[in-house]
Amino acid sequence: MTGLVARDVALSLGGRVVLHPSSAGVAPGELVGLIGPNGAGKSTLLRVMAGMQPPDQGQVVLEGRPLATAGRTWRARTLSFLPQDEVPPPPMHVADLVALGRLPYRAHPDRARDGAAVTRALAEADLLALRDRPASRLSGGERARMRLARALAVEAPYLLADEPVAALDPAHALAVMDVFRRLAAGGAGVVVVLHDLMLAARFCDRIVLMHAGQVAAQGRPADVLTDAALRAVYGVEVRRIEDAVIPWRLAGATE
Amino acid sequence: MNDRRDRTLVAILGGAVLALFALSLVWGESAIAFGPACADLLAGRHSAGAVILGELRLPRAILAVTVGGALGLSGAALQGYLRNPLADPGVLGVSGGAALGAVLVFYTGLMGLSVAMLPLGGLAGALLAVLLLMGLVGQGGALVLLLAGAALSSFAAALTALALNLMPSPYASFEIMHWVMGSLTDRTFTHVWISLPGTLLGCLLMLTTARALDALALGDEVAESLGFRLRGPAGIQARVVLGTALAVGSCVAVAGAIGFVGLVIPHLLRPLTGHQPSRLLLPSFLGGALLLLVADAAVRVLSTGTEIQIGVLTALAGAPVFFFRVLKMRRGMS
Repeated sequence: MTGLVARDVALSLGGRVVLHPSSAGVAPGELVGLIGPNGAGKSTLLRVMAGMQPPDQGQVVLEGRPLATAGRTWRARTLSFLPQDEVPPPPMHVADLVALGRLPYRAHPDRARDGAAVTRALAEADLLALRDRPASRLSGGERARMRLARALAVEAPYLLADEPVAALDPAHALAVMDVFRRLAAGGAGVVVVLHDLMLAARFCDRIVLMHAGQVAAQGRPADVLTDAALRAVYGVEVRRIEDAVIPWRLAGATE
Repeated sequence: MNDRRDRTLVAILGGAVLALFALSLVWGESAIAFGPACADLLAGRHSAGAVILGELRLPRAILAVTVGGALGLSGAALQGYLRNPLADPGVLGVSGGAALGAVLVFYTGLMGLSVAMLPLGGLAGALLAVLLLMGLVGQGGALVLLLAGAALSSFAAALTALALNLMPSPYASFEIMHWVMGSLTDRTFTHVWISLPGTLLGCLLMLTTARALDALALGDEVAESLGFRLRGPAGIQARVVLGTALAVGSCVAVAGAIGFVGLVIPHLLRPLTGHQPSRLLLPSFLGGALLLLVADAAVRVLSTGTEIQIGVLTALAGAPVFFFRVLKMRRGMS
């Protein structure tokens, strides 16, 4: 069985229910957007799906193997996880930090392969020019791209990313969404937590909308992002307008 | 590129350690004919030269290497694990526990039984402190560890002060003060055998965490996602804590509290190794060993009459390094 599937996972932390029984998943070749207001449980569900947090009930199955019993190294090679920014990076060089993504292969290091993966990841995150810079001197957006490059360098068939474009300018946000699309086109399963509904609607194959610790709706963007659902979940009225200024695609890129 | 630079650095430091180790055997207060003394020692003859070499200089030089190395390595491992360049082996409270154990041996008069009682008391204190620390921290993370270490070391310091306070004879108090300052003088192979197992085991445990410490550079969750176990008996935290505790506890038990080595050595070496924790571990062991060999040689040169304690010397030499770092950091910021 292929894909990453969380079945009826639920979690309480400190006596508070943070995730009611919820099911979600991603198939190879699919880009899934995980959206919802602050505190809806997006990051929690993503962490459970990544195996970072064992659920109180339910289970997560990756490529047919329950994550709870899967080997750590196999999981690390099969599923790359990009958490939200935790700590300021040390003054290590950008390329060395991105190369941490190759640690799941440390038992059988292959210099050429590792080097090529790091270079590809740096290129995807538009960081080739900064590869020798100490990471402590990066701007917020550059730092976010470095962390993304670290996750890309794993070159795992599944990528779970928590708000990877939150700190990025419009051009880099679009570029990163393009990277996710390309990964999915290449057969990877990608789950991305997003706050930008526009990006979610435009780039994702499927949307999982979360509200108050559970999945409120999931399906194709047009089916999930309805006026009624957005009003109920976010508490906002939406307008669909033609003359808004929307960064649409990178200059020179074709549809 | 990095690998070659690392190997060169390790080779240079290793060579310097070997050279100074040899020098500290050859050279000392009483002039001996080194060749014949060596021959006597190997043949098991108890000549004066052989006794000086085998029972005074050799254990002292071995301890300088193992104690200095363990302190340097512990500093590098802790600074990497806690992602804090100010961490040193003292923060866990294990040195404090070892000191308390040794002081209690003085206090209770167990000293009279055997020369081994003092280091054994130190070792028992260190091990007790580790057990308490691990029990206190449980599944908690780095912050809990730092708080537990601070609580433990201040409690151990208070109890040590109490023992000093209640000590019946001023002479014993003086002895303790002296011991707490740290010294390698008059150490025998008994001390070496008491400290070596814990030191070696601790150092090996710390060295197994090299890649895990790298993975921690971008946070706990990144390390976890890369396949490393953080908590639990085989986790990174347990290995770092147990490793530093065993090594440092065993060292303090025989040499007293020698400060600043664990703090300063990683700082001195980072400009050469870069900031990747794994690349700092082995050089820090060698750097610590080198520093203590140099300090021990300096103690012997500088001491006329009252011997200067090696712990006092490392603190005196270490503090200016920090002043210099502060000035450099301030210039970097402005």
